[in-house]
Amino acid sequence: MNSSTPRIWQTAVIVVLVAGIIALALSGFLSPALRTVLNPLIRVQSWISTRYMAVYEFLTVPRDITSLRNENAELKDQVSQLQSQNLQLQQQIREAEVLYALLDFARTSPENEYTAAAVIGLDTNPFLRYVIIDKGSDDGLRHGMPVVTEQGLVGRVDAVTAGAARVQLITDPSSRINIRLQSTQTKAMLTGSLVGDVNIEMIPQETDLQIGEVVLTSGLGGNYPADILVGKVISVQSRPNELFQTASIQPAVDFSTLRAVLVITNFQPVDIGPLTPATVP
Amino acid sequence: MLQMVVVSRLPLVHGTADLVLLALISWALQERARSAWAWAILAGVFVSFISALPFYMPVVIYVLVTAMARLLQRRVWQTPILALLVAVFVGTLIEHGLSLVTLNVLGAGIPWQEGFGLVTVPSLLLNLAMALPIYTVIVDLSRSVYPEAEE
Repeated sequence: MNSSTPRIWQTAVIVVLVAGIIALALSGFLSPALRTVLNPLIRVQSWISTRYMAVYEFLTVPRDITSLRNENAELKDQVSQLQSQNLQLQQQIREAEVLYALLDFARTSPENEYTAAAVIGLDTNPFLRYVIIDKGSDDGLRHGMPVVTEQGLVGRVDAVTAGAARVQLITDPSSRINIRLQSTQTKAMLTGSLVGDVNIEMIPQETDLQIGEVVLTSGLGGNYPADILVGKVISVQSRPNELFQTASIQPAVDFSTLRAVLVITNFQPVDIGPLTPATVP
Repeated sequence: MLQMVVVSRLPLVHGTADLVLLALISWALQERARSAWAWAILAGVFVSFISALPFYMPVVIYVLVTAMARLLQRRVWQTPILALLVAVFVGTLIEHGLSLVTLNVLGAGIPWQEGFGLVTVPSLLLNLAMALPIYTVIVDLSRSVYPEAEE
């Protein structure tokens, strides 16, 4: 009994002390004492850690620079590859947008059969307005087939090889197209020019020609189907002493950015040459 | 191909440079180049496939221009740059003159004055501007093809 009684008291004192210390620590009364005790230890720990890290960096930095340089070079390679891919994808997106627009246009005229083709070059002679497309007789293209985009009339196939074709644009100086004015139904002749302008000739003087008038193909002559949009009138030249008026046209197609076209493959141009009367000398 | 895709899309007013013409003239002006005639015919045939000019015209134009350049090379051989500039000037005039005549005969109805002012003069300027770079490339090429010419 005598020996167990002090043990109980010892244990009780220890428990009370520990509980008291914990209570003091939780209540914050021990902080100054702890700070006093721990601060020197922390300073020593910081000093050792700083010196260790300095030595470690001194020993390992050269290797890190080499690895960083390698990593940097790899990342630069990746960046250039990704930039290249990005450009390709942007290009593909632009091409897809053009093709979607052409597809939408083709769906609006289901009576026609179309073959899509990309513009791959221009005529080398600056007096001529022709483009080269990447589809030819192997794809069903034939001489004289009309060429359009979703915006309007482009021209017609002038020459064909197995894998490519040459298209005469409506802006070519020797291009002649029979057109009609939408509101007045007046028939006239559309001609290209050296500078790429498109003009309408032989409009009767009595025709009331307004700026903004829509110009469509008439179908006369058998070279083009009727009712393909050609452009709009932007200016009218009318002199009272002349038989006909002339007008300048803003083509519906922007030929400077022409990238893809549709060839109407089920249209057969009609050669009316034998029907025209021969001139008698 | 470069002519079709790039140069034809870079007009000055309405004129464009003719790389094929410049290359042919530069090659014909090389003293040791013996194949100038063959290249002229070959270039003419290739351009005939692309251009809407009648198929014989590019051949005729390039052969004429090569003949003129060979003649100049024999007469003005001591000053090749002068010969180059004269050949490019005259060659461009020959090319455009014959093109205009042919197209008008075929009924294109291109006004002469407009054709000269808006197409030929700008093309002349472009051809003269590009003549020296093309000539330099062709000189290097001829030296690599005929290395004995260095001696």
